[in-house]
Amino acid sequence: MAAAITTETGAWVGTVPFLAYTGVFLLLPTGIVVWNAFKGNTGHWTFANISALNTGLVRSAFTGSLELCVISSLIGAVLGALLAYAVASGNPDGVVRRLYLAGSGVLAQFGGVTLAFAFLAAIGPTSGFYFHAPWFYDFPWGIAVIYCYFQIPLMTLVFLPAIDGLRAQWREAAESLGGSTWQYWRHVGAPLLAPAFIGATLLLFANALSAFATIEAWEDQISYVVPQSISTSLISEVGLANVHEGDALAFGMIVLVVIVMSGYFLLQRRAARWQR
Amino acid sequence: MAAVNQPLGDLAADLTGPAATRRPSGLRASQRRRLNTFRYVAFTVFGLFFLLPLLAMVRFSLEGTTPGSWSVAAWTQIVSYPGPPPLLSSIEITLELAVITSAVMLLLVLPTMIWVQLRVQWFSRILEFICLLPLTIPAIVLVVGLAPIYNQIERYNVSALMLFWAYVILALPYAYRALAAGLAAVDARTLSEAARSLGARWPVVIFRVIVPNMVQAILNALLLTVALVLGEFTVAYLLSYVNLQTNLFEISRSSENAGVLFSASAATLAFAFILLMILSYAGRRLRRGRP
Repeated sequence: MAAAITTETGAWVGTVPFLAYTGVFLLLPTGIVVWNAFKGNTGHWTFANISALNTGLVRSAFTGSLELCVISSLIGAVLGALLAYAVASGNPDGVVRRLYLAGSGVLAQFGGVTLAFAFLAAIGPTSGFYFHAPWFYDFPWGIAVIYCYFQIPLMTLVFLPAIDGLRAQWREAAESLGGSTWQYWRHVGAPLLAPAFIGATLLLFANALSAFATIEAWEDQISYVVPQSISTSLISEVGLANVHEGDALAFGMIVLVVIVMSGYFLLQRRAARWQR
Repeated sequence: MAAVNQPLGDLAADLTGPAATRRPSGLRASQRRRLNTFRYVAFTVFGLFFLLPLLAMVRFSLEGTTPGSWSVAAWTQIVSYPGPPPLLSSIEITLELAVITSAVMLLLVLPTMIWVQLRVQWFSRILEFICLLPLTIPAIVLVVGLAPIYNQIERYNVSALMLFWAYVILALPYAYRALAAGLAAVDARTLSEAARSLGARWPVVIFRVIVPNMVQAILNALLLTVALVLGEFTVAYLLSYVNLQTNLFEISRSSENAGVLFSASAATLAFAFILLMILSYAGRRLRRGRP
């Protein structure tokens, strides 16, 4: 990017290092997954990998994933929205808000396997500090409780801007026209927040779908969800009848996540209209 | 001392005299009371839900050999746990990874973002799309495609530090959003035109004019990147590298109730929490500094 590049036509050269890096470590891996999902063991194109997914084990992993995602994202969305409202209605510079937001950031994004250990310490079936929860290892409810531990904070982080966007004047307007609190939420608040709420719920769904660390630390012997199946097929690749099973599973996840996240971005754009 | 006293002052204000005075929210006194009741209940219930497991973890980390006793043995074990592999070495690796990842991420993303903002505006949508893409593609999927690439890397270098190549990608969305917020607050075009008209070359414009105006955003991006690297498990685990999280995972497999498991986990979470609190307060000081 030296002074030699002064013409507008040559300026794009400055983006080459970035494009090269993301090309090799982001776009190429994604391409490899899609490519290999349709490659046979001997190198020909095939749909065999995809149709080979139609086995009892894989089907149960996908249903397991869906169950866990639906449960944890619905509970997380409702409770997280309540917490976001409680946080938003306080002092925007207050320490309570800071504590909750920093704590939410840690739990939602950077927890990893430690979250599972925390619950093991608290309510593990043999080692629980408060009580021994016999349902701790039940799927999906036992793990859903742990998932809420990062889903609720994520919802709080994502939904807070939408609630901050609700303006006092709208409430005053509703009141001056004789509206009750219920009517305000029913006719003003809820319709305004609905796109952001549904969008955030989709984001939580995608988040639960991709989560791997926590559930692997919770139980690594049984593949309950798709990421665990991918992990199994990746680690035990030698001796598998179908070397591209992992790629096909990963491709299935890409399809699911892309559908969900497109919904999220569309709704987010609509919700952003009121967040100025 | 003001900085130390400030948070407590805020705490009192936040709990006793919320919004009505600072932020007109169009509420009558009775509604305000109901809202406050709701807030206290919510903060208590959610606070307990989030804190109780963490407290249990801390309590276990402080337990001696007999149940109910107290001991700091598990905390001293963080540096002495023999492994294999030794816990301390995996902590070192993770911290080194955090430094390398932050440095590479900044060098790669920051100049590109400024350059695009100044000279290649049409590229900004593509840049944003690529940077946010890792939010959409799960790490577990990315790692399937990364495995063949890492097979090549391992021919030249088998060190776990090579994980930084993938970690930069994972940190990309967080770093991008932090930096984009900072860049939006700087009038980059005017600054660069002023600098150029005084004869500055482009590297000078980027590194000595624009970057010093974005120190806060850069700090935010660094803190988020460090927090991400500290908590990363999926990529390291599936590519069979040892970092802090995979090491903790291995310890949990071999002895489920090892005290060091809980002390090291608590320490990691506390460290990430402190990073995010610094981020939150550093941001406020900057806002106050401006009219």
